[in-house]
Amino acid sequence: MIRIHCPHCGLRDHDEFSYVGDATKIRPNDPAAASPEDWHRHVYLRDNPRGPHLEYWHHVYGCRAIVKVLRDTATHEVLATGLPSESLETAP
Amino acid sequence: MIAARLAIEQSHRLAAGGEIDRRRPIGFSFDGRSYRGYAGDTLASALLANGVTVVGRSFKYHRPRGVMSAGPEEPNALVELRVGGRREPNTRSTMVELFHGLVATSQNRWPCLRFDAMEINDLLSPFLVAGFYYKTFMGFPGWHFWEKRIRAAAGMGAGTTEHDPDGYETTNAHCDVLVVGAGPAGLAAALAAGRTGARVILLDETDRLGGRLRSDREILDGAPATAWVDAVDAELAGLPQVRVLTRTTAFGVYDGNVVGAVERVADHLPVPPAHAARQRLWRIRPRRLIVAAGAIERPLVFGGNDRPGVMLAGAVRSYVNRFAVTPGNRAVVVANNDDGYRTALDLSASGVDVVLVLDTRTGGHGAWRQQAIAAGIDVAEGSAVTNAYGRMGLVGCDVARLDGNGGIDGNARFVACDLIASAGGWTPSIHLHSHAGGKAEWDNSVAGFLPVAGRAGVITVGAARGRYALSDCLTDGFAAGAGAARDCGFGSGVAPDAPRADEIPTAPLEAIWSIPGTPGKKVKRFVDHQDDVTVDDIALAHREGFVSVEHLKRYTTLGMGTDQGKTSNVAGHALLAEARGEPIPVVGTTTFRPPYTPVAMGAFAGRAVGRHLAPIRRTALHDWHAANGVVFIEAGPWLRPQYYLAPGEENSKEAMDRAITAEVVTTRTRVGLSDVSSLGRIDIQGPDAAEFLNRVYSNGFAALPVGKARYGLMLREDGLIDDDGTTSRLSDTHFLMTTTTVHAAKVLADLEYGLQVLWPGLDATASSVTEHWAGMALAGPRAREVLAAAVDAGTADVSNEALPYLGVTTAATIGGVPVRIFRISFSGELGFEVNVPGDWAIPVWEALMAAGAGHGIRPYGLEAMGIMRIEKGHIAGPELDGRTTPDDLGLGRMASRKKWYVGSGMLDKPAFSDPDRPKLVGLVPVDGVTRIRAGSILVDNPDAPPPVRKLGHVTSSAYLSPTVGHPISLALLSRGRERVGEEVWAVFPLRGLRVRARVTEPCFVDPEGEKLHG
Repeated sequence: MIRIHCPHCGLRDHDEFSYVGDATKIRPNDPAAASPEDWHRHVYLRDNPRGPHLEYWHHVYGCRAIVKVLRDTATHEVLATGLPSESLETAP
Repeated sequence: MIAARLAIEQSHRLAAGGEIDRRRPIGFSFDGRSYRGYAGDTLASALLANGVTVVGRSFKYHRPRGVMSAGPEEPNALVELRVGGRREPNTRSTMVELFHGLVATSQNRWPCLRFDAMEINDLLSPFLVAGFYYKTFMGFPGWHFWEKRIRAAAGMGAGTTEHDPDGYETTNAHCDVLVVGAGPAGLAAALAAGRTGARVILLDETDRLGGRLRSDREILDGAPATAWVDAVDAELAGLPQVRVLTRTTAFGVYDGNVVGAVERVADHLPVPPAHAARQRLWRIRPRRLIVAAGAIERPLVFGGNDRPGVMLAGAVRSYVNRFAVTPGNRAVVVANNDDGYRTALDLSASGVDVVLVLDTRTGGHGAWRQQAIAAGIDVAEGSAVTNAYGRMGLVGCDVARLDGNGGIDGNARFVACDLIASAGGWTPSIHLHSHAGGKAEWDNSVAGFLPVAGRAGVITVGAARGRYALSDCLTDGFAAGAGAARDCGFGSGVAPDAPRADEIPTAPLEAIWSIPGTPGKKVKRFVDHQDDVTVDDIALAHREGFVSVEHLKRYTTLGMGTDQGKTSNVAGHALLAEARGEPIPVVGTTTFRPPYTPVAMGAFAGRAVGRHLAPIRRTALHDWHAANGVVFIEAGPWLRPQYYLAPGEENSKEAMDRAITAEVVTTRTRVGLSDVSSLGRIDIQGPDAAEFLNRVYSNGFAALPVGKARYGLMLREDGLIDDDGTTSRLSDTHFLMTTTTVHAAKVLADLEYGLQVLWPGLDATASSVTEHWAGMALAGPRAREVLAAAVDAGTADVSNEALPYLGVTTAATIGGVPVRIFRISFSGELGFEVNVPGDWAIPVWEALMAAGAGHGIRPYGLEAMGIMRIEKGHIAGPELDGRTTPDDLGLGRMASRKKWYVGSGMLDKPAFSDPDRPKLVGLVPVDGVTRIRAGSILVDNPDAPPPVRKLGHVTSSAYLSPTVGHPISLALLSRGRERVGEEVWAVFPLRGLRVRARVTEPCFVDPEGEKLHG
């Protein structure tokens, strides 16, 4: 049971959340001016790190906030959480 | 002649002692025979007390087996417990608390336990070695024939197919310190932590506290250790922050150190008390976890070591001291450590004749050995059992001196006996430590793996980390408990003083992983009793190249039974190490996975059974439908009207066809009313709501006028369609979005992602209002007249001028109830969707039905709705399967090139403009009669040699269309737009069907849409 600290609701079990996906997607800054390669990178390319991974979880059974989570993919340890606008430092 | 033992009433019960209550005899039955035991017995102890030696048959060879242990590690004495809906196969009789009327049956034998026809496998054993299926059937035909028969012969007990009458619960708990195991180390830890005021939970899998202190005659502070246990029990009961759970097994440690445990609330009773759970699943979240799970004894590996009457030495002490049972009257003890002497002394003190203690070690004169000799017990050092005899019950064994080189000195001699107590050392129970990611290292002095480097917050103490002396267990436990409490902010961390243990020092164990057999005799030396894996199987696996422990496990099935190798893994891996000529640490061990012991599925399900697992969603109009002849259909979790029967009409295929036809015809020629409440409705508000919608829809929404609705497509980031729906503007800053029923939740999540992650600067909100509003679709040429009659005079004008196609009004009331009216239509007829707050849905529906009565209004259901939308070529779920683009569905003009929106970046993906890409078309059967199943695959020539090129598939089918008079379908077909008028095959290979079809435009009725705009 991975436990995620929701910024609004506190420490909650992971089954209150829905996993959204990678939070490191490089979204083109100016969508109208982006090239097909920019879009391809944004839509299809992902790192798949063994270790700390930045991702979004959606607190669907709680406050419905989308929470940014830094989770170690090998140990499931949650290293940090915050709102999407916050910057979570990646562990060394 | 070897005879099975006669079972005389409690012939093996000692006259005094034990924890049993002799004032409360209990009647039970095993294999149809009645026996008696006492309250406090387990099923195993009661069977042993009655002299029952054979309790089951082994897995592969069907050899007669008896009780080997006194705990959860039991590999042999598995029974089917109870009858009917509560029947449980593979139940360890050593863990079953005896209750009145208990019924148990032996397993894995036919026709009966004494004469098992499958024992022929024992004779065939040279052919049934490890890997025999593979070796026999590679290249040999008929595997599928033999597989069925092998399956019938294999396996153990039979489960029940009846409904489980019991209820189960799930509960959660938080605490500061969780202690698993209430032996001396666990009791000490719980006491130390509990005294500081920390919240403590203490678990034990048995019905009482004490662990091995109940089985071994230990002295603490000059008194029997059980007195100390009772004192601790009382003190813990008096500490309000301490919770003690007995009959509770911690079966796994999970992420975040969350511990799963199952409490057997009523397993020890004939039936659970009314309204009580049978079992309770605990999800415990401790801040600190102390694993005091103890250790499990290993048997020595010698010839015939699986005979009924060969038992673990520690288990023999358990039976003598806890249950006042002696499993035999003439005992031989064989040991590689001092535990053998403990058992010999306890047996002797209880009046059992201990014929001989065989110590495989030489040159030692340890204190325990001296004690045994002083008590008059014969001891032979450097010796062991080389073969045990007695198919249905031990009659004796060969003993011999070991030469230290894998052979024997001199000759073996026969010793008559009916009990062999085997002591091979103790394996620390590191399962929970391992679940939590902890590693283990081999320790030669213990001849076992000890826990090292665990996850933060998990500590292992006592025998579970190789500390076997009682004083060490107590010190370990007190220190860990105090330390854990201090870590949580309670107490100073100073460990309480431990009571003084009177201990005899033990001489070191000397590992011996297999003992040579009697020369000249073919012996079977069992390593894994449950899966019938012998020393020879391990050697064979190694010879055949299966040299890693993971391969050894799967090739031989060592450790794969319900006991998960508790008594066999270490010896098996050690033997593999010997075969490889490498030290055990190099060879390693297999991975421990939860559950530690089997857990009933009911415990995991808890209350989530039946309608508590899959709740029904009803619309606000449900009761009206139910009272008016509806036949419901499940659409996801929703119950939706499928069609309506006439009053008193019996449901049948003919009745269904009649109803659906009538509903379609009535709606297309007069007027119909349908419940569309299950569609997703999302309320979007804010100054930036319009801009937000403009970014999520592929077509323009920023300039949608107030009081208008617009059909929209939402794409995914990869350019494929996510969902469609109709969004209406109720004010400058207020929109109502509808989605398909199935995608409602997902669309809301997508909108929230957009608002919170992509564009947090937009000032807008999105909320689900699906349950707030009931929706009803009024459709047909007479729809406007009916609506006008129902709407309260002076509230809203629903004429064509005031409310044109796609118009919206929120001014109307019907019977005084405010309603929202949207002039939109899924059926393609003149139509209005009326939204009503749920509480007033039925009165408004009835008002519309009343207003339509004179026009012959009918309610219509999902089937009629489906036929009508296919007739019109309106897309729905089957066309929006995540593989289609707007252009594929003929909606390319809805993908704007003038603005940016989600998915617009992929519009020019080359795959999307591939001319072979399937496009939406209509299909009709060439013979005008045969229906084309949805899902059929479209090909040009089904008889071409495979692989046949797939040109597309049928997405939706109406098997009858009352409006056009023949079956119609929608399909996606490669180059479909160019092939209108051509013919193609629609094949359904799973049912062997093929239909010749003609490609048409994807609209069969009113292609100009005149009715919509009327």
